[in-house]
Amino acid sequence: MALARIQVPRETKRGELVEVRIVIQHPMETGYRRDAGERVPRNAIHSFACRYNGAEVFRATLSTGIAANPFLRFYFRAVDSGELDFWWLDDDEKEGTAKARLVVL
Amino acid sequence: MKWGLSLFLVSGIVLAQSRSGLEYASEEIRRLQANDAENPGMLWVDRGAQLFAQHCASCHTVEAMKGVAARYPRVVDGKVVNLEAQVRHAGAPFAYESDELLALTSFVAHQSRGMPLRIEAPAKDVERGKAEYYRRRGQMSLACAHCHEANPGKKLGAETLSQGQPNGYPAYRLEWQTLGSLHRRLRSCMFGLHAEVPPYGSPLLLDLELFLASRARGLPVEAPAVRR
Repeated sequence: MALARIQVPRETKRGELVEVRIVIQHPMETGYRRDAGERVPRNAIHSFACRYNGAEVFRATLSTGIAANPFLRFYFRAVDSGELDFWWLDDDEKEGTAKARLVVL
Repeated sequence: MKWGLSLFLVSGIVLAQSRSGLEYASEEIRRLQANDAENPGMLWVDRGAQLFAQHCASCHTVEAMKGVAARYPRVVDGKVVNLEAQVRHAGAPFAYESDELLALTSFVAHQSRGMPLRIEAPAKDVERGKAEYYRRRGQMSLACAHCHEANPGKKLGAETLSQGQPNGYPAYRLEWQTLGSLHRRLRSCMFGLHAEVPPYGSPLLLDLELFLASRARGLPVEAPAVRR
């Protein structure tokens, strides 16, 4: 169920700050919740990274203190047109990926 | 200021009676709902678009879904049919409150975003829900009206009571950390009253939904709304 919504401008000027927004669908289970008496095992995204043309531009460490369906916003500077590669990993060792294109004028 | 004032004057006429739950929400929640890039409910709308293409597109077009949610629930052969029941009718045999059904209903409802609710139903069917709305229930012995008609805008613990309008559902509630249907919301009110919690899609919830929707005539569809 790795579904994400990404908001990146389609085009930007060389060297300008680019705002990246991403919402990832994830329950971010804390491990403290109970369902019909049974403890729901902890399952949260713990690592998130974003690469632009292969170079890492953003990395985040998340934990159970973050609400379900986490929303991240960050900025970076793009020199050339290229592709943003988003990657994340949760406690079930499940990976999620997403991509977005950006054109630098 | 001038803009705010004129907005108030224009909307003041329509909303003197009915106010969407959005008006009782905090600034942060309003911003979250207004911005599609940040509104977590849009995750379900996206998923719903995929499911619609798989399960519904052989008979229905997306364009034809515009305005549908503003007309539901309806009364068909004396039975209340809400959007969930209508979506489940054929190619989408998903369980009530499953992620799939929520995705489909929020996608369909999203097509009517901004359109005013215009429910048409026989008065006698609406009366059933109305009677339930004013009936005291549970160990608290309170009716819906005691909070949502007599005291909207006031505090119940940390919560601000709203008028209990249904126009934002299916809605993403921060308390749930997920998207949920109007029936889920009604069930949590019943739980709060220490009343028997009726099952999803039960006649009681459908009757209440029909009354709420006809009471909310004119309010815009906000799905997927964000609520506390």
